[in-house]
Amino acid sequence: MLKLEGVVIRNGAFAVTADFEVADGAKVAVIGPSGAGKTTLIEGIAGFLAVERGRILWDGRDITAEPPGRRPVAMLFQDGNLFPHLTVAQNVGLGIRPDLKLDADQRARVARAIARVGLAGLEVRKPAELSGGQQSRAALARVLVQGRPLVLLDEPFAALGPALKAEMLDLVAGLVAETGATLMMVSHDPGDARRIADQVVLVAEGRAHPPQETTALLDAPPPVLQDYLGTA
Amino acid sequence: MARRAEPVGAAVGIGAAAVVAALILGALLAVFLRAEAGAGLGPADWAAVRFTVLQAALSAGVSVTLAVPVARALARRRFPGRRWLIALMGAPFILPVIVAVLGLLTVFGRGGWVSHLLGWAGLPPLQIYGLHGVVLAHVFFNLPLAVRLILQGWQEIPAERFRLAAQLGAGPREVRRLLEYPMLARVAPGALAVIFAICLTSFAVALTLGGGPKATTVELAIYQAFRFDFDLGRAAMLSVIQIVLTCAAALVAVRAARRDSPGGGLDRPIRRWDATGRGARVWDTGLIGLAALFLLLPLAAVVLRGAAGVVDLPGVVWLAALISVLVAAISTGLLLVLALPMAAAVAVGRRAGMEIAGLLGLAASPLVIGTGLFIVINPVADPFALALPVTALVNAVMALPFALRILVPRAVQVVERYGRLGASLDLRGWNFARIVLLPRMRAQIGFAAGLGAALSMGDLGVIALFADPEHATLPLQIYRLMGSYRMEAAAGAALLLLALSMGAFWALDRGGRWHAEA
Repeated sequence: MLKLEGVVIRNGAFAVTADFEVADGAKVAVIGPSGAGKTTLIEGIAGFLAVERGRILWDGRDITAEPPGRRPVAMLFQDGNLFPHLTVAQNVGLGIRPDLKLDADQRARVARAIARVGLAGLEVRKPAELSGGQQSRAALARVLVQGRPLVLLDEPFAALGPALKAEMLDLVAGLVAETGATLMMVSHDPGDARRIADQVVLVAEGRAHPPQETTALLDAPPPVLQDYLGTA
Repeated sequence: MARRAEPVGAAVGIGAAAVVAALILGALLAVFLRAEAGAGLGPADWAAVRFTVLQAALSAGVSVTLAVPVARALARRRFPGRRWLIALMGAPFILPVIVAVLGLLTVFGRGGWVSHLLGWAGLPPLQIYGLHGVVLAHVFFNLPLAVRLILQGWQEIPAERFRLAAQLGAGPREVRRLLEYPMLARVAPGALAVIFAICLTSFAVALTLGGGPKATTVELAIYQAFRFDFDLGRAAMLSVIQIVLTCAAALVAVRAARRDSPGGGLDRPIRRWDATGRGARVWDTGLIGLAALFLLLPLAAVVLRGAAGVVDLPGVVWLAALISVLVAAISTGLLLVLALPMAAAVAVGRRAGMEIAGLLGLAASPLVIGTGLFIVINPVADPFALALPVTALVNAVMALPFALRILVPRAVQVVERYGRLGASLDLRGWNFARIVLLPRMRAQIGFAAGLGAALSMGDLGVIALFADPEHATLPLQIYRLMGSYRMEAAAGAALLLLALSMGAFWALDRGGRWHAEA
């Protein structure tokens, strides 16, 4: 279980506060106006931004001071999720061992993950030789082999068209359902939230609100969310 | 509080910078301690100081004066081969000095091509040795540099300004006053200062074309005190003078030189509406042709003259070539071992220390460092036995500022772009360097290694100080052949050196870019 205890995450002159828990296996969409601190929140949990006050706990263990790679977190960024000079298999393999010294079992795991996301046969391709959707699939294969219990997505599919994005979200939902991982994904599209998230964290005016049930929140939005959605 | 995890450590880079700083400062300290302050400066020493400053000032002045119209012609004309010509202007940087000197002798020497032409017209042949020969060689090397620096100034005038000037009906004179003079006032002082600083430390040119009491630079005087009189105290004293000169010039150059971004977009011709008259076109074409001839003729001379000599080169030349390749290989390896960790350290935010180490390399001249190292090594080992390792080391340190300028921007970019992804995968330290940083810097590493190898291959500096009769690098061997008037063999060896330097640069630069992803 992820627990944010009176957390203040600073990003330059800007800060986000959060004080809530996310249940194991929950699928949480993080939505809110742009500039309100969605990415700041996610990067704080991932360990890229310093936590100024409070603690971040995973299953009761304080991970506030852990470096990003040692947290129980697999993360995809808005872009640049693959190394362009490495093959798909190498990019995925980095999720198992950062020194890429894989044994036969681990290589088989990489191959299975690549097949699971629908890229079988493309293992030796480099990212430039893949379509945008295929690149996203490769990055998701790495998330799969990482096997981390908390998956953070900072709008990695924003550049894809609507149909492709929906396809990726369904793939993500399938993957976290299989692994039982907790999912937190930044989105500026309430449709994304309705599609795969059962809870929503609303980030507005420098505060991340506790998760609420998706349909309930979106059907009866509070004023700040109404402003954002344009339904006022 | 979560640490802002850095993908690579700065410790190795800081260590490398410390080694460089210790080497240079140690050599300088040795020189200061050994210098015989009481002896003071003799008239010959003052003459050397005066000549050094005079030739550097003349070289800078002539180079920049000639470069202005050539750069203007290149900026406002478009013609096939323009790109190629501008690329060629970068070549003198890695051209071995001794090769250029041989080429210049063949064209402008007493028995050279121009003297032949003068002879037909009943005029006396040219005299190349002395002040004007030294300045000629420096202009050959630095005119292209000045053209590139000033051309960059021209290219940085926004195209909209020219369009606006054309719309206002401005002719060539108005365009000059409105756009070009202000640009030159901004760019030219930097170019002057940089070339002045480069020419202050001139050794190989002064060694081959200068000499004698009237045409000795301080660097050359150090060499003479060292080799001929074996007067270490005087060599150290002269080194102190050289340090004062170069530090002063380097300070001025760093102040005056604008932030220069080498290469970027120089091949983009600007659409212009002035200077379309027939006279301006002929003038520009003539200037570009003359500049190209001035650069290409000496090189053509080396090739033509060397082709005859290269078929039966003496065995010592092949041995020297082997030694040069070896020294260049070791020097390039050392260069990368020093520069890459330093670039990585800058990329994770340790800029200050690296820049100081880089600047030290600019402020120190090879012969001063050589003298200092000799003083340090002499009590514990035979310096002449260490001639080749010392040459490789000094060459690497001298190439370091240039290598850093190539490597640092890319390292910063890679860490900026992939540092977070690496951190999220726990890809740190050596793993990040091995799997991400070095592969992504391949093109820049190849370019820096190519420059380092070519510079080391062609260097005629420290080796002249340390070499014994049995061991010579190829440039030194060419100098010895010239000294014994074996000009055919010297020309053949020069062609070989030219091929080796350019070949090393081409192979390494090309190897870095081979199958590299953007």
